[in-house]
Amino acid sequence: MARQEKPVDVVLVGLGWTNSIMGMELAQEGLNVLALERGEDRDTVPDFAYPKMADELTYGVRYKLMAKPAKSTITVRHSLTETALPYRHLGSFLPGDGVGGAGTHWNGHTWRPMPEELRLRSYVEETFGKDIIPADMTIQDFGVSYDELEPHFDFFDKVMGVSGKAGNVNGEIHEGGNPFEGRRSSEYPLPPLKRTFNDELFTNVAKEHGLHPFPLPSSNASEAYTNPYGMQLGPCNFCGFCERYGCLNFSKASPQTCILGALKQHKNFSYRANSEVLKVELADDKKTAKGVTYIDKNGEEVFQPAKIVIVGTFAYNNVRLLLLSGIGQPYDPVTNTGTVGRNYAYQMMGGATLFFKDKFFNPFIGAGSNATTVDDYAINQIDFAKEGFIGGSYLLAAQTNGQPIRSMPLPAGTPSWGAGWKKATKDYYGHSMSISSHGSNMSYRDCYLSLDPNYTDDHGLPLLRLTFDWKDNDIRMTQFMKGKVEALAKGLNPDHLNISFKDFGAKYDVRPYQTTHNVGGAIMGTNPKTSVLNRYQQSWDVHNVFVLGSSSFPQNLQYNPTMLVGGLAYWTAKAIREQYLKQPGPLVQA
Amino acid sequence: MDSRPDDSRRRFMKGAMWVISASTLGTGVMMAPTANAAPSLTEYKPVFFTPDEWAFVLAACERLIPADETGPSALDANVPIFIDRQMLGDFGQASDWYMKGPFMEGPAELGFQSPLTPAQTYQKGIAATNTYCRQTFSKSFAELSPEQQDQLLTQLQHNELKFDGVSAKQFFDFLLQNTKEGYFADPIHGGNKNMEPWKMIGFPGARASYLEWAELHNVKYPMGPVSLNGDRG
Repeated sequence: MARQEKPVDVVLVGLGWTNSIMGMELAQEGLNVLALERGEDRDTVPDFAYPKMADELTYGVRYKLMAKPAKSTITVRHSLTETALPYRHLGSFLPGDGVGGAGTHWNGHTWRPMPEELRLRSYVEETFGKDIIPADMTIQDFGVSYDELEPHFDFFDKVMGVSGKAGNVNGEIHEGGNPFEGRRSSEYPLPPLKRTFNDELFTNVAKEHGLHPFPLPSSNASEAYTNPYGMQLGPCNFCGFCERYGCLNFSKASPQTCILGALKQHKNFSYRANSEVLKVELADDKKTAKGVTYIDKNGEEVFQPAKIVIVGTFAYNNVRLLLLSGIGQPYDPVTNTGTVGRNYAYQMMGGATLFFKDKFFNPFIGAGSNATTVDDYAINQIDFAKEGFIGGSYLLAAQTNGQPIRSMPLPAGTPSWGAGWKKATKDYYGHSMSISSHGSNMSYRDCYLSLDPNYTDDHGLPLLRLTFDWKDNDIRMTQFMKGKVEALAKGLNPDHLNISFKDFGAKYDVRPYQTTHNVGGAIMGTNPKTSVLNRYQQSWDVHNVFVLGSSSFPQNLQYNPTMLVGGLAYWTAKAIREQYLKQPGPLVQA
Repeated sequence: MDSRPDDSRRRFMKGAMWVISASTLGTGVMMAPTANAAPSLTEYKPVFFTPDEWAFVLAACERLIPADETGPSALDANVPIFIDRQMLGDFGQASDWYMKGPFMEGPAELGFQSPLTPAQTYQKGIAATNTYCRQTFSKSFAELSPEQQDQLLTQLQHNELKFDGVSAKQFFDFLLQNTKEGYFADPIHGGNKNMEPWKMIGFPGARASYLEWAELHNVKYPMGPVSLNGDRG
């Protein structure tokens, strides 16, 4: 029999970016808000303090801040007929846990989606015709427009203190920014970061090719800054310990640095760490939730009553919680019925490493978002009918770190050990830069999430199963980008050039790190037959359950997801504050 | 290409060095130059490996990163001490990994599927390699010539030796990964003795403060490394 806690107005499941935002918005509304976080409590001091953060082995290689597969993992298979096997140690993607979630150990790349990406199926059909969409490709519109989200993007920019150069302010194109981006209502709150040597080389070659280079929008603060919540950021000092690390310098935007310090001042907000939610408990009619059941830090089962449940954990964990709770109908790819688990998507990356014997890059002088980019091959710039694929990439020359265990690029053909390997590390460390492609991934009928029949967690509950593999459409996209990247790289005349892009027949591989931008499975949309959530990220089936995060995306962006995840959280918060609290019930009639 | 800074830049760099040193000193790091002297490999008593296993680890590390004029060897850098210490820690014990069954083989792309922890993989891998060496050469791995050792390591790497109950390739992969980790990880973990591997490549370790340097393009950063303990290389 579970112990029962005192009821609250709102229970937040998870305490990363989305539920920090939601906590602030609903605490401001005067509601009694409680967050339950599966992992440990974390703050800049003492958890991210110098010098202990500058430890590549502990954080960069052994993943101290990430979710532990021993406690929580998924299983993976390539197709419907295979047996899925557990993702036993981390590689391909690195979910966070603990207070702040993945928002503590990200790099800070802060892109808005393109307006066209939020209505992708409509954009493709209107522009190129329905026929170019492959039969098994299940791309959809989000059901919310860029213009509706723009005020929230603008505010989240200011909360995070994003450093960058706008390319489109109220429809006016500005030199030095991204000319292809959606309309912004204001310039970035902070100017771009300082430019490192790789930025200079990439900018020059991109301009020679007629492209439009600009600084990557960065949530690594370029100057001292105070955000709308009164939280203070310090200027980034290019320490080179961003991705996989908490920021030791109060410079990288995170829930801790931007929201939680202010949120904790609200007496009607509280949180409990080491509290793992196992289930959202439904009323008998299955139309509303009563609260959640969780395991507390002592291993005791607790029922937490609440009037509203906001699920804001890492993307695929949201999907698992819905499946374990019986919210919505599980998706079946064979009959193409049900919705929960549908439209999982990942991202398609590729890259080139350029080696220059006589150039010094000092790669340890880095920041997570220290990069120059071009968006000339974005989704709204490519003729899909002509090129034969749907999708796009931005290209970037980034210098994020020079940590030598995991950031030791060597020319292709170098021995992996012995005297030749050692000599190459001495000759080439610090003498290379990269140009990468960060691309979209479309959704497909047979790429989805479900409960695994064979493997369980410590509580005996089934793990989540991912069925996913690469499709030719997305391979054609990355091969197109390969040509563009190769031309730019050769334009810089490197002494050696390594090129790595996926080719036809490539299988999804869980071993090398690719990106943590997993999306879908609990997608938003306009039709309850093809989406789990309505346009306000509210469950179609259980109206007092809202689900936040990139699990809402019907297909993946070509960009990093945090800005869209945060913008959607503010959009949902506004709907709850202005509509739902006055009249609880479905915000959209099915 | 002439990468030497001009006079004004050199003056700036001298100033910047002073600024960085002062700020690094000011962050609470102990800077005693003689603190935390690394142990001598010959006097180190392994906490995990048996004498036979230890002899193997020493010999294998010496081949994976050998001694020559380029820079420190794995043995110079105390890499075996690092590996020994890792075995009883979270890595060796696979504490963070999902180690529940059933264990099944699958496509390589689905990743690690062994029921053995890294520590068990070392134990079984070393024993199997030594058994193979004794059957083939009447010597243990550590007693073979460097050329024979290289040949054996190459066979392990390419999974050309089939052992009962352990994958030769998985064993080699852990060994190589851990050797490189011990070479380049902060000395606090037992390897990277005196930060010599960092000095060889020019990595400044835990300095973690370079704002003044970001816009100095194509100039070699001149400062030596510091460690998490505040030692200077």
